[in-house]
Amino acid sequence: MLLHLARQSLSNRLLTTSLTALSIAFSVALLVGVENVRTGMRESFSNTVSGTDLIVGARGGTIQLMLYSVFGMGSPVANISHETWEKWDEHPAVSWTIPYALGDSHQGFRVIGTNESFYEHYKYRGGQSISLAEGRPAEEVFDVVLGAQVAERLGYGLGDPISVTHGMSDVGFMNHDEMPFEVIGILDETFTPVDRAIYVTLEGITAIHLGWEEGGPPMPGEEIHADHVHEMDEIHVSQITSFFLGAESRAYTLQLQREISTSEQEPLTAVIPGLALSEMWQGIGYAEDGLMVISGFVVLVGLLGMLVSIYTSLDARRREMAILRALGAGPQRIVSLLVLEAGLLSALGAFLGVIFVYAGLAALQPWLEGEFGLLVPIRVLDQAQLMYIGAVIILGFVAGLVPALKAYRTALHDGLSVRV
Amino acid sequence: MIETTECIRASNLSFGYADGPTILDIPDLTVQSGERVFLYGPSGSGKTTLLGLIAGVLEPPSGTLSVLGHDVGALSSAERDRFRASHIGYVFQMFNLIPYLNVHDNIALPVRINEERKKRLGCSLDIAVKEAAAHLGIEQLLDEKVTRLSVGQQQRVAAARAILGAPELIIADEPTSSLDANRRHAFLELLFSNVAEAGSTLLFVSHDLGLADQFDRSLSLPELNHAGE
Ligand SMILES: Nc1ncnc2c1ncn2[C@@H]1O[C@H](COP(=O)(O)OP(=O)(O)OP(=O)(O)O)[C@@H](O)[C@H]1O
Ligand SMILES: [Mg+2]
Repeated sequence: MLLHLARQSLSNRLLTTSLTALSIAFSVALLVGVENVRTGMRESFSNTVSGTDLIVGARGGTIQLMLYSVFGMGSPVANISHETWEKWDEHPAVSWTIPYALGDSHQGFRVIGTNESFYEHYKYRGGQSISLAEGRPAEEVFDVVLGAQVAERLGYGLGDPISVTHGMSDVGFMNHDEMPFEVIGILDETFTPVDRAIYVTLEGITAIHLGWEEGGPPMPGEEIHADHVHEMDEIHVSQITSFFLGAESRAYTLQLQREISTSEQEPLTAVIPGLALSEMWQGIGYAEDGLMVISGFVVLVGLLGMLVSIYTSLDARRREMAILRALGAGPQRIVSLLVLEAGLLSALGAFLGVIFVYAGLAALQPWLEGEFGLLVPIRVLDQAQLMYIGAVIILGFVAGLVPALKAYRTALHDGLSVRV
Repeated sequence: MIETTECIRASNLSFGYADGPTILDIPDLTVQSGERVFLYGPSGSGKTTLLGLIAGVLEPPSGTLSVLGHDVGALSSAERDRFRASHIGYVFQMFNLIPYLNVHDNIALPVRINEERKKRLGCSLDIAVKEAAAHLGIEQLLDEKVTRLSVGQQQRVAAARAILGAPELIIADEPTSSLDANRRHAFLELLFSNVAEAGSTLLFVSHDLGLADQFDRSLSLPELNHAGE
């Protein structure tokens, strides 16, 4: 009986009702959506690199080490000698290492010297391996493999020649133009910084710098050309910048970290990437707090809107309430009618909102991932989100209570004598 | 059937709206049970106000007012709501139909809300609604939205709602104002036969003095009322 009345009354005011439900739906959608983006952001970030137990570089700040070796930002303070890297690579507790030699660029994209172990062991996003969309890994001195985004932005394909700039500046002063690199592979998209780098061999990086031993470009006439490089039987790699390390077992990680950091041979810093990433996230997590605050306000505004619309509709319904009272509907009946209406409305709004979120996520997911490298997962509502939605519905009922109580207190006669 | 009990009894009743002057000052008014009373007076003389007091729609006046043996002044507003729903059928001057319910649901509403009225039905609600509607010649309109009825049809819906469940006192505030002479006559006949069947008391307000001689008794409000003298 009550439900029947509530439903009839709501559908009688279809326009205002649906607008109110819609505004609740949007605020719920925003809340849940923002929450999803937030988790997506955190997960994307902390999964930038995975499966690596330690990242090792010359002694310095851990964040700086993370930035230049994982995120391709900033530059290394110093290099590590080839011997040191080999020593740790052969350490019995170490399963594999991926060397990185940084410092050069092409059209603003970083050039990273590495070896085959990169293609085999580099993992991201919960253990996904990198894979080649086209071609093969870099093996020869002048082989180049492009990150997916590099290939797309620069429009390169297999077989295209590439020149490498020394240093990170975009303007190609001091181009290593003599060295004819060639694209032989393009990586699949990973939506991590891997997409924005160019991969060559360690030998390739070393070759670029032949003749540069003094710290400056070779004197005119002394440049070393590709032919020379090909004639050399072995290119001696003397330095790298950092290396990623996989231990034989997770259990060795801490011990290895201590051993590396305290090694007498060369001052090194070793970071556990997972730990460092979550530390970094905390550092920039104020963005996350900001999102939280915003979603809180969004819900608040949505509920206020609902309260306002119920409250104003009440004024128009004073007469209706008075008639119900005149016909004998008791206080609890009138209050429950309004509360039920508000509750139904907010439940409907919340339900619509959840549909909006899933529809919106499904539609925007590819774009978010492609444009921002942000993988927003579509998953079942988690407990916190269910609690938010529950709170919205409960607050909806409460929002109905306020005008309901007021409705009953308004004098019956005033309501009856409203002329319509 | 001769009833001698009093249905309405007022003495030294005095009432004014919150911020206005005294509108009603009635030293004595008695209506016997089963009586059909015609109440008249010029517009603005306080007829609707008096009905509102008797039905407990307004805050109780000073003085004594007892309806069907209940002291109206002693009831809380929620108790007055329940009392009115159980014992009084009110045809409002403004009809007061619920715009989003259809004719059937509007007529059934007070019985659905009130248990006592339901008990007195003696048959299923659906049948009772149809019967009442048939009496008033609106049985073919039961599924219609009330907002799509003519004013006269709305008035009859309001009347059907008031007589359903045979309340002891039926109050009708100008229920014939929008009816033509023929319909007015038919309407009164139907109302009288219903009231007689249920043994209800009828308090009927109208400007139309021509109707007065069909009632047991006529009361002129300006004569009863000493306010403003
Ligand atoms: N809610 C109200 N608040 C204040 N004054 C009111 C209110 N309702 C009516 N009045 C005043 O009380 C007086 C009597 O009004 P009432 O409605 O009882 O007249 P009436 O006899 O029913 O008139 P009509 O024949 O036009 O229906 C009028 O002067 C009116 O202005
Ligand atoms: Mg009146």
